[in-house]
Amino acid sequence: MPKLEVMPAAPVDRSKWVVTLPPTLFLLAFFLAPALIVVAASLREPGEFGGLAPWPAHSFDAYRFLFGDIIYLEIFVRSFFVAASTTLLCIVLAYPLAWLIARSPARRRDLLVLLVILPFASNFLVRIYAWIMLLGPANLLYTPFAVIAGMVYVHLPFMILPLYTNLEKHDPALLEAAQDLGASAWTCFWRVTFPLSLPGVFSGSALVFIPVLGMFAVPELLGGTGDILIGNLIKEQFLENRDWPLGSALSIMLTVAVLALAGSAAWAARKGLHGTEAVT
Amino acid sequence: MALLEIRNITRRFAGFEAVKDVTLSIAAGEFFTLLGPSGCGKTTILRMIAGFDAPDEGDILLDGQSLAGVPPEKRPLHTVFQSYALFPHMTVAGNVAFPLEMANRSRDEIRRRVAETLALVHLTDKAAQFPHELSGGQKQRVALARGLVNKPRLLLLDEPLGALDAKLRVEMQVELIALQREVGITFVFVTHSQQEALALSHRIGVMREGRIEQCDEPDKLYTQPTNRFVADFVGRINLMDVEVAASSKVLLKLKAAGLGEIAATDPRPIAVGERGAFALRPELIRVFGHRESADLKNRFEGRVKELLYLGDVTLYKVELQNGFIVEALMPNAASGRAKFHEVGDPVAVCWRQDAGVYLRN
Repeated sequence: MPKLEVMPAAPVDRSKWVVTLPPTLFLLAFFLAPALIVVAASLREPGEFGGLAPWPAHSFDAYRFLFGDIIYLEIFVRSFFVAASTTLLCIVLAYPLAWLIARSPARRRDLLVLLVILPFASNFLVRIYAWIMLLGPANLLYTPFAVIAGMVYVHLPFMILPLYTNLEKHDPALLEAAQDLGASAWTCFWRVTFPLSLPGVFSGSALVFIPVLGMFAVPELLGGTGDILIGNLIKEQFLENRDWPLGSALSIMLTVAVLALAGSAAWAARKGLHGTEAVT
Repeated sequence: MALLEIRNITRRFAGFEAVKDVTLSIAAGEFFTLLGPSGCGKTTILRMIAGFDAPDEGDILLDGQSLAGVPPEKRPLHTVFQSYALFPHMTVAGNVAFPLEMANRSRDEIRRRVAETLALVHLTDKAAQFPHELSGGQKQRVALARGLVNKPRLLLLDEPLGALDAKLRVEMQVELIALQREVGITFVFVTHSQQEALALSHRIGVMREGRIEQCDEPDKLYTQPTNRFVADFVGRINLMDVEVAASSKVLLKLKAAGLGEIAATDPRPIAVGERGAFALRPELIRVFGHRESADLKNRFEGRVKELLYLGDVTLYKVELQNGFIVEALMPNAASGRAKFHEVGDPVAVCWRQDAGVYLRN
């Protein structure tokens, strides 16, 4: 009897568990567990014919090897450079398009968004092969340009959609107010539209930058021998070199690098947004 | 010379005329209000003054110079928007500094003027806060400060108090009047609230369906409306269909069907037999017991149909013999008003000869 008052809360708690348990279990089983397996694999020895040497053979050889050769750092740096260039190009190309879609009459907007996502209807590899056909005759195939062009092409919709979603929500009265208070069209953009679209720019950048880092198909099909990126490297360790510990170690380094970058970007963004405003 | 002159402007949207041949002249330092129901064209006029829209015909002149072709950012006037349109990514101070930055003022001047203007609207302590952290009334003040800070020739206000609750609205009205007097900037105010218009303005233009129906000082608009629409839209009023029975110099005899003759005054020469309306404010009517006699020219008997006790006043709805229901507002504070007329009581409604207004159709 004395505990009666807690009764109404109980069903809510229970239903919360019922709802959140399946995805939690899913993530534990298919995300956290494999990640831990990769960590474990990076600390073991490669098997004679691929795979891993039988337990308990283990060593830090993979990491020693990784940090011992400058070539890995170079590939990391190149990968980050490609990812950054792709992201930047995507912003530059996607912004006017997203803005245009957001400004279109409501009915045309849906059609334009559909056109943006339409390429997903055809197979990714087929589209990359189409680029081979396009770039080959122009003598651009197997160059860094081809890699970046392919990367931008593949990831552009991931920049357009979050930007569009953001720009579409902007209150047109804000631009009128800015104009009314003396701002030219250009100033309106830089002082009002762009700062307000930064959340869209950030989420679009995350959706482009991170997948580009791990992408191996585009550089493999469109790039030359000098254009391999981390993704190719990791794939090679597993499929060709049969050095699973090294592949695992590379995967972990990539994950750590991405998390560190995303974390510091989020921190800088939060800091920056508040910092600039406190000045005036 | 008038500060703002609007000459015969017409604006058409897809087959309908939102503004029809409007001519207005607004003097420097004036608090001018465009009053009308929604869709009457008042906001369209404001947008044309601001430069967001352009008239199809006619011209708008500021200080004698045509504004045709001048983009909004080049016009020396600012707007306070109904939604406030504060920049959400800037602080209060950042918002207020914006027009000064656009005008390329020096850093020192910006800092000084922002501080002055925030003090003017009592928001000094909110300078570093963001719009989403403010209450409705505070946002309203930021919008006003932003509009005033660069001392525009003209401040346009588009229903700026519409989003506030009733009590705050009255407070802001008082502040607006004081503010306008203090800064001396010409205000062009748009509202659909007749109470707001009467309380704030030096002059009011009442609009209907794209036209200005009457443009006058608040008291003149209230006591001498020139047509049915204005009489009905501004304040509470009794409107009776009448026919002119006799007209001599200033005296007018009006015949209301089934009621008899109403004595009124009108200096205009009016033809006998003309049809129009007799407009009478409820507060100018006295309600007496039907046996009481009153020394007033107009006296009609009826029966109390409804009464609303409103505290300071009581509103009586009295049904006259011709079925017309007349509204009368009686102050409760007057001596001898302790006793009310009850519903169903036979009463007499009386008013002075010069109390009402004859409106031509």
